[in-house]
Amino acid sequence: MTPERAGLVLEQARWAARAFETYDAASVSRIVEATAEAADLAATKYAEWAVRETGMGVVADKVAKNKACSSGLVDEYRNRDFVSPRLDPDRRVIELPRPAGVVLGVVPTTNPVASIYFKVLLCLMTRNAIVIAPHPRAKDCSVDAARLLAAAAEAAGAPRGVIQVLEEPSIPIMEALMSDPRTDVILATGGSAVVRAAYSSGNPALSVGPGNVPTFIDASADLPAAVREILASKAFDNSVLCTNESVLVVERSVGPAVRRELQRAGAAILDGEDGVRLRRAMFDGGNLNPEVIGRDATWIAQLAGVSVPRSTRVLVVPFAHVVDEELMTHEKLSPVLGLVEVDSVAAAFEACRAVVSIGGAGHSASIHTEDPRMVMDFAARVPVLRLTVNVGNSAGSSGLTTGLAPSMTLGTGFMGGSSLGANLQPSHLVNWTACAYATASVNDLEAYRGLNPWRLTTGGPVPPWPVASNLHEPELIQSGAHAGVSAALIEQIRRLVVEELEGLVGGAGSG
Amino acid sequence: MFDGNTFQSPAKSEVISDSETYWNPGKTRFWTAAGIDLVIDRREGYYLWDMGGKRLIDLHLNGGTYNLGHRNPEVMAAVIDAMGRFDMGNHHFPSMTRAALSRALIETAPNGLTRVAFGSGGGEAVDIALKSARHATQKRKIVSVVKAYHGHTGLALATGDDRFGKFFLSDRTDEFVQVPFNDLTAMETALAGGDVAAVILETIPATYGFPLPQPGYIEGVKRLCERVDALYIADEVQTGLMRTGALWAIEKHDVRPDILVTGKGLSGGMYPIAAALLSDRAGAWLDEDGFAHMSTFGGAELGCIAALKTLEITTRPEVGLMVHYVSDFFATGLAEIHADCPDWFVGIRQNGLIFGLEFNHPEGAKYVMRSLYEHGVWAIFSTLDPAVLQFKPGILLSPELCDEILGRVGIAVRACRDEAARPGRRVS
Ligand SMILES: Cc1ncc(COP(=O)(O)O)c(C=O)c1O
Repeated sequence: MTPERAGLVLEQARWAARAFETYDAASVSRIVEATAEAADLAATKYAEWAVRETGMGVVADKVAKNKACSSGLVDEYRNRDFVSPRLDPDRRVIELPRPAGVVLGVVPTTNPVASIYFKVLLCLMTRNAIVIAPHPRAKDCSVDAARLLAAAAEAAGAPRGVIQVLEEPSIPIMEALMSDPRTDVILATGGSAVVRAAYSSGNPALSVGPGNVPTFIDASADLPAAVREILASKAFDNSVLCTNESVLVVERSVGPAVRRELQRAGAAILDGEDGVRLRRAMFDGGNLNPEVIGRDATWIAQLAGVSVPRSTRVLVVPFAHVVDEELMTHEKLSPVLGLVEVDSVAAAFEACRAVVSIGGAGHSASIHTEDPRMVMDFAARVPVLRLTVNVGNSAGSSGLTTGLAPSMTLGTGFMGGSSLGANLQPSHLVNWTACAYATASVNDLEAYRGLNPWRLTTGGPVPPWPVASNLHEPELIQSGAHAGVSAALIEQIRRLVVEELEGLVGGAGSG
Repeated sequence: MFDGNTFQSPAKSEVISDSETYWNPGKTRFWTAAGIDLVIDRREGYYLWDMGGKRLIDLHLNGGTYNLGHRNPEVMAAVIDAMGRFDMGNHHFPSMTRAALSRALIETAPNGLTRVAFGSGGGEAVDIALKSARHATQKRKIVSVVKAYHGHTGLALATGDDRFGKFFLSDRTDEFVQVPFNDLTAMETALAGGDVAAVILETIPATYGFPLPQPGYIEGVKRLCERVDALYIADEVQTGLMRTGALWAIEKHDVRPDILVTGKGLSGGMYPIAAALLSDRAGAWLDEDGFAHMSTFGGAELGCIAALKTLEITTRPEVGLMVHYVSDFFATGLAEIHADCPDWFVGIRQNGLIFGLEFNHPEGAKYVMRSLYEHGVWAIFSTLDPAVLQFKPGILLSPELCDEILGRVGIAVRACRDEAARPGRRVS
């Protein structure tokens, strides 16, 4: 695929977006429900496929994520309307939602299908067209899933071309599409290179940086419960979510108790030489070895040449200081957890701040405590935009088990070099045209109630297959002015006139 | 004078005067008199720039030559790349590019077409088609329709309007019979003698202003041909290559042509090439005497490369879908303009992105052409029916450019209505 060909994909998306932006709330909701249902039904198939293709993650957990990002997402937003105008009589303001248009969705290799489900449904809810750029390592399942959603959406009445996928993703094509003026907004989730490329493209971008999540167990916490949450979160899809805990920080006083709980709950603690071997296997010259991403703990232990019980779910590597050159302070995207013991709460906060600074600014952190002031202080000191409390962070910060917006794309905000601070949600993909009266005016906006500018103009998934205009209904406009007079007669008269005139005037050449 | 070695442009007035002196005084004067002082300079996408700097949106596209836009970057890249290795080639030998293009054309052609004979232009390809039919049937007579246009080479010219054939004493009424379009009875009469080698039809006659075949007409003609053993030649030079939403307009009819002729847009406007696609029977001469038709430039290899790329682009699913969207857009938009001035803009003939816009004045389209020109759009009247404007939007148009075109067309059509109504006025 050439960049020009990919440009045609955008061009087609523009036409589809233009048709879609006229759809009303009922049509949109029908399309969203049908697409989500198709996605939900295929949740297991794609969970298996993604694990098979990428070697990352856990099928059962991917099924859960796929369901959360299909039927779960629709349940979450079922009563939200991103299509109809809204009235604010107190402010004398009427607002009309205006979709972004063409969304370029860059999808990571770690959560390919759930991310596609998520981005596609967000776009459908808000009447945007989406072009999906899958990760080359997850290409097959991504392309297939996108096609399935496209077919379901079109069958439910969406304009054709509203969901498209680049079948041969490559770096040059991604770069071309990101900077193409036909792209209205880029949704990029992935490594910081992708994120920076998105922001330097010249197009608006909602692009989020990586996470590196510290979790702090305060002495006041219910230790066994905290450890259970953390290990379950680490084991969830083998830690491929960017919200998975990276470093566990505890006060030295509870260190031994925490270690005991960790071991009881299925973690293997790798001190000394084992820890060195693991670091060597996981990092190559300071970079995370992509082979370990999303693998089982036992697989990684074997790769490192470390023996652990067969039932091990998580590998824990204790270390002394949170400094950049300690490899275990970096994002691991695998069921491997750093463990650091500190002397005081203040030192714990400092350690957590340092973890985030090393590689997850603006992303998320987690705390286990019974003390509200501790939560407040932590949130004020550590530069993250979500702090989950007493709950595993993988699903917690993603909004699957908390009141946060369920999301596969978590804004890292100004702290993390992103324009988006919240969990990406449908409202981020619409702007609103505000019609404003003077606040001093007397207008209760009652006259606006029930008014709706959107109507389905194309009458179906695509304009019909073009047919000759004389095959339409007979009253069609062709030769309308001559209605009632014999067409043959008109033709004859015209021919005579033209022939006469041709003697007088020249004529152009052919064609 | 234009110095071919540099890209330094001469003055526009000089180009016009040199054209009048050395090239074609008649044509040059015609355009000057018509108020179209156009010397096309730079071109890109669906835009043209006059030497004076004025930008025009091209809705003429030379009859579809620029379906994919001027200087389509993908076609250009293919040709530039090929020039590192190929030139026009030797027309007597098998060649990689000709073989590939022939195969691509046959694989996308209507059923029953099996071989390709190349020409350098549409007229030559039509001549090949007519010669093939004559050889296959061993009959001479050719039937075409009144106001048909198939080109200005020898046999093609004889099928067309008197105006050009008589002029060069090249009309041959004994062998070339013309019948009114959409008149099956006349066609039946013309074929009755059993001495007809072929009927040649533009699937929608372009130069006549795209009058649409009545439902069943094309099928009727084909049936009549079969009855008297005459071949059916579909001239798809203007109607093919996705303009109707199908690769070939004839595909929308329940008809298998014996020969299909293509040219113009076939090579994206980058290098001339045209082709006649032949059935087993029509192409039998290629077995008997492969040297029977010779053409040094016919099937030139750079043209093959350009055509292969053009065909590949044109058959992408995205492109077909865009044609649907664009034709729907103009159907709706033009109907609104029509509704606004129904006694001036009296009719719309449409099949996909082929439009004939009818105006209520025998030369109405000349007024509209000039008004459009003044408003930044280049579209041309139908030579053989100047009441009708040929309106041919490109198949890769963006929504934004479509909006702009419609806006300009709406203004231009309304602007010239009063002028045309003035008694005694003639546009040129
Ligand atoms: C329908 C049709 N056939 C054939 C031709 C001849 O093509 P060319 O000018 O390349 O010889 C034309 C040219 O306008 C045409 O419109």
